[in-house]
Amino acid sequence: MKGKELSGAQVLIKSLEAANVDTIFGYPGGQALPIYDALYDSEVRHILTRHEQGAAHAADGYARATGKPGVCLATSGPGATNLVTGIANAYMDSVPLVAITGQVPRRLLGRDSFQEADIVGITMPITKHSYHVEDPSELARVVKEAFHIATTGRPGPVLIDVPSDISLAKVEYEEPGELFLPGYRPVLDGDPVQVAAAARAIAESERPLIYAGGGVVTSGAHEELLRLAELLMAPVCTTLMGLSGFPGNHPLSLGMLGMHGTKYANFAVCECDLLIAVGARFDDRVTGKLETFAPEARIIHIDIDPAEIGKNVRVDIPIVGDVKRVLSQLLEILRPGLREAWREKIEAWKKEYPLTYCEQGRLKPQAIIREIYRLTEGKARITTEVGQHQMWTAQYYTFTRPRSFITSGGLGTMGFGMPAAIGVQVGCPDETVFDIAGDGSIQMNIQELCTAVNYELPINVAIINNGFLGMVRQWQEFFYNRRYSQSELRNPDFVKLAEAYGAEGIRVTKKAEVAPALEQAIRSAKPVMIDFVVDREDNVLPMVPPGGSLDKMIG
Amino acid sequence: MHHTLAILVENNPGVLARVAGLFSRRGFNIDSLAVGRTENPAVSRMTVVVEGDDHILEQVTKQLHKLVDVIKINDITRDAYVDRELVMIKVRAEASERAEIMQLVDIFRARIVDVGHKTLTIEVTGNEGKINAFEDCLRPFGIKELVRTGKIAMLRGLRSSSKSSSHKEEDDD
Repeated sequence: MKGKELSGAQVLIKSLEAANVDTIFGYPGGQALPIYDALYDSEVRHILTRHEQGAAHAADGYARATGKPGVCLATSGPGATNLVTGIANAYMDSVPLVAITGQVPRRLLGRDSFQEADIVGITMPITKHSYHVEDPSELARVVKEAFHIATTGRPGPVLIDVPSDISLAKVEYEEPGELFLPGYRPVLDGDPVQVAAAARAIAESERPLIYAGGGVVTSGAHEELLRLAELLMAPVCTTLMGLSGFPGNHPLSLGMLGMHGTKYANFAVCECDLLIAVGARFDDRVTGKLETFAPEARIIHIDIDPAEIGKNVRVDIPIVGDVKRVLSQLLEILRPGLREAWREKIEAWKKEYPLTYCEQGRLKPQAIIREIYRLTEGKARITTEVGQHQMWTAQYYTFTRPRSFITSGGLGTMGFGMPAAIGVQVGCPDETVFDIAGDGSIQMNIQELCTAVNYELPINVAIINNGFLGMVRQWQEFFYNRRYSQSELRNPDFVKLAEAYGAEGIRVTKKAEVAPALEQAIRSAKPVMIDFVVDREDNVLPMVPPGGSLDKMIG
Repeated sequence: MHHTLAILVENNPGVLARVAGLFSRRGFNIDSLAVGRTENPAVSRMTVVVEGDDHILEQVTKQLHKLVDVIKINDITRDAYVDRELVMIKVRAEASERAEIMQLVDIFRARIVDVGHKTLTIEVTGNEGKINAFEDCLRPFGIKELVRTGKIAMLRGLRSSSKSSSHKEEDDD
């Protein structure tokens, strides 16, 4: 169907609207100006961040919280390269993200022109796919393909690089036709033979353990996972990314496994005779020393990405497919199990080795996080930065709802939490959003507090301030003979800083002040930054030393 | 062990960079890579020779499958196939040596494609063994320049690795 003539930028925006995009996070600049001009007439909401990295993380947070693809937009050169960390972050955690970058006009390409960067080349290893648009008539098709690729199969970031002369060119708008991607056909249903083999292995097992990853959350398989666990009476441990995929308050929940996992989850991995890996990728932070990981277990691995199967550990029964669909297939043929002895053993471990911390001393990070959980009744959307506070959040906030824990898992990006919280709050305007932060991490994208103030997004930032790059300090304490090289921080006055941005700032130094400060933050219609001044040398425990065996934990 | 992969890709800009980049990024060493379009102008075919054990090959193949532009991959190493490389060799050829070189050209069913005052440029196609042997024979005369295309390969008989319409599978025939 032929339509009227539009500019390339107008086609781009029209195509975004056709893809049901309601919000874009971005930052304008020279080569993106035609796109920004077209955006001026559009219903699409644009959130102006203070840095392109913030835009990418905000789009990422929006996607993780809503399940819809996140969209970020930047200009060429430095604008585009500032997106790189955010794109890599989304790639590592399989987040559907479409990043649009302006590019210098085609006649200037390849000449080291002002603000030219080969962003397609730079991001090739960290995108699921990328496009450099060379013809304005391709735009509609490219956008349609990009959203399809970003959101289907194993989700991931897709980049669209648009030279400014393409944005300016006049083109007759045509609806894109059917998608034709002969090389892209994700397998969704599990092979019935393999599913049957998995069911047999489950029936034969006496000590099954479910190991659930972020794929459960991504595919919306939390209900199926719950049914599976209850049907088999099998305990469930999760990865960091999988934490909100299974209710943390369920009797079968073992919490997180791995480096900072619970002792009982790690013991269960060491003693299970069947490990059912669901949408998880056997990251080194989870497995520790590969030779001693689940040594007695047969392994079933369900994953939508065939390349994950057998990548790090040997797998006995691989099943390629969408986790939700494969679990549904399995549930149809499985029989209930009892396995009392295994349950009793796990219950005994849970009683003997609970997560604990020393309550003596001044403010305790763990107690603050517990209090956030209590006051939000476990219903908040939590983002984190990266470090000790992130691990304490994983340990002490009990996640019960999918998509309620939004954290940088694979890449471990400091500076993720605050802009992600902005994206989450934009996507979920009626919910309470907390960024649990470290005093080091928060300073990597603290300028985004201004974005939150501008758009009246009532995000809450809880800084666990110990005056250190806490996790670096912890490693230096354990593995570098307490030589605290460059890990001690001299911080700004976070309260004054918050106020300077137009947010509320609260400092908390005593236990009695914790709950009132949190209540004030939750009530406030403004963004609030709370500076919790905590004990300086608390550690995240238990801990499996890097490359160690899961059953040999410190603490 | 050397593996020969026949990879069908969409004939889009940047595909070669994506494929080659994937190999280097993951530490897989490419021994030889030849690429050109197929009977379908929208589809190119790469023949990649890569060294590694079966586990490495499995990872290479799976990672390649993830590239949206990759349509199909065949590891034809263990199948019956014919393979060829084209090589051009510029060899020093004094008048007194020309007859001898031309004899070698005949024996190897090569062809002289350029004659200079003191050089002959010879093209030869064949598998790796034949080309190596020919190169060894010419070396004593003095090879001034040598260029090889990299290996291309095709399954014998009715079987084919270039049905671009088929789904990504390693062996669908």
